[in-house]
Amino acid sequence: MTIDYNAKMPETQEGTEVYNTDPLIVKSHYEIDYIHSYAQDSEFFRALGKKKLMGSKCEECGYVYATPRGHCMICGAETKWHELPNEGKIHTFTTCYFGSEKFLPETPFNLIMVEFEGVDSLFMARLIGASLEDIKIGMKVKAKFKRNLTYSPTDVYFVPAKE
Amino acid sequence: MKNGGRDVYMVSGGVTKFTKSNPGMDFRLRTKHAFDYALKDIDISVKDIDGSVASYFSDHFQRQLMSGIMAQDYLALTPKPSKRVEGGGATGGLAFQTGVEEVASGRMDVCAVYGFETMSHVNTWKGNEFIALASDTNFDYPVGGFYTGYYAMMAVRHMHEFGTTLEQLAKVSVKNHGNALHNPYSQSPMKITVEDVRNSQMVSYPLTRLDVCTMSDGAAVAILASEEKAFEMCDHPVKISGIGTGTDTMRLSDRPFLKVPLLPNEKESDYKNLQYPGVHSFRAGRSAALEAYKNAGITDPLEELDLIELHDAYTSSEIQTYEDLGLCKYGEGGAFIDEGKSNLNGKVAVNPSGGLLASGHPVGATGIMQSVFMFWQLQHSIKKHFKDDTLQVKNAKKGLIHSHAGTGTYVTVSIMEAVQ
Repeated sequence: MTIDYNAKMPETQEGTEVYNTDPLIVKSHYEIDYIHSYAQDSEFFRALGKKKLMGSKCEECGYVYATPRGHCMICGAETKWHELPNEGKIHTFTTCYFGSEKFLPETPFNLIMVEFEGVDSLFMARLIGASLEDIKIGMKVKAKFKRNLTYSPTDVYFVPAKE
Repeated sequence: MKNGGRDVYMVSGGVTKFTKSNPGMDFRLRTKHAFDYALKDIDISVKDIDGSVASYFSDHFQRQLMSGIMAQDYLALTPKPSKRVEGGGATGGLAFQTGVEEVASGRMDVCAVYGFETMSHVNTWKGNEFIALASDTNFDYPVGGFYTGYYAMMAVRHMHEFGTTLEQLAKVSVKNHGNALHNPYSQSPMKITVEDVRNSQMVSYPLTRLDVCTMSDGAAVAILASEEKAFEMCDHPVKISGIGTGTDTMRLSDRPFLKVPLLPNEKESDYKNLQYPGVHSFRAGRSAALEAYKNAGITDPLEELDLIELHDAYTSSEIQTYEDLGLCKYGEGGAFIDEGKSNLNGKVAVNPSGGLLASGHPVGATGIMQSVFMFWQLQHSIKKHFKDDTLQVKNAKKGLIHSHAGTGTYVTVSIMEAVQ
């Protein structure tokens, strides 16, 4: 006999956080860890541990990318890894006083796009060691690397470089 | 229509009032309200609709996947054909054009395009995080993780390249918030000054709180039809005379430094030393305009267009977009607002509704909201729908709507024309 006419769900004290009753608004929690593969971009992150900034070069059309990509956006050919200089210039900048929840504790922070000699595209990074009033387009900056890696693009950051 | 296929007309539209948070209705009910308004306005029923296109941006905001089909069944449109279209901030514009294609192809005679977004289920900072996930999660999101920051860097470069000023950016905010005072559907009508804009909280230099649009809850519906059905259903249908779509790289850092793709009213010598688009301009906006103008037969946009609803998620984007659309040359966007050319009674009214800055930006609804306001303008029915005719652009005959995704990755331009 498997039928139980007195079956009953167990009661819990789990409850729900309620913000409002009309309309009924409750808290719904969500959290997840992703298994994020850097796939064909992996070498960029590994190289940061060797204090190297790796971009890509298309040997078909000669285009050089500061931010690496596995295939060329101009001609579609596969690219080769290409080491970038450690110094570049600020192409543009901002200072963020607000942001996404994840980065709010880090505000205010400076974002810059870096241009490198002989490289066709730009690289986005954080700049420290200068506040908004000090930052200018064309200013020389140099890459610095974290010793303890997090395998995030913020393992490299920039500081002002002497002219 | 030179895009190919049958001529397509807009025959009705509906919009909910956009608000920061409206927890009393979910996205299905909001969409239902906009849909019923559109049906009632031309006295048709759901039986007259052959199929639909669903427009919404993010599954994250409500942690509800397949919202499209939930709206579809709530509107009593099942089992008719439908699909969801998504492309970041340009979702609404892309969905509108998909609806045009459904009718132009002959697959449907009458197509409902509905869009919605409910952004109030998370706080603003979490919302910014979700939006930032629409940037490269290997290289961009972990560094900046904030779209206003990306646009701010574009604005700084535009200022450097062309001498655009903080005051010129602020004037866009003053104009659009001011227009919205007469739009009862708008979220943030405000009478403000350039000083108010500059003195409001800095979000990401040079953009302040009043240079940036807000999060919104809202829905909008556009009903499109073939020529035969359009004139049967509606006294004043509006023709979609051309559509165009452009794309650009996801990463701002990949944008190339090339030559400007010229409009018929420009010459190569106008841009001798300009490297394009770099990070100062939206190449996808220019590509979209080129395609739409070609299809609609427009050769001098400033002279031929009477009004424009464009994607001003940031004041800087409006100035950059004047240039992409060829209302002025690259570099002259700042002067364009200084000279009042985009004012309600200017040469070409830009964002008479208040735009995204003041109407609100419930992403999937936004591009469709623009089509509805444009439709009412070209029908000369603003007074009927707004209960106020201040914003009715006199002699409005030909208009342009422009929808735009993350730093100009997808941009749509659609040309709408009054026919009688």
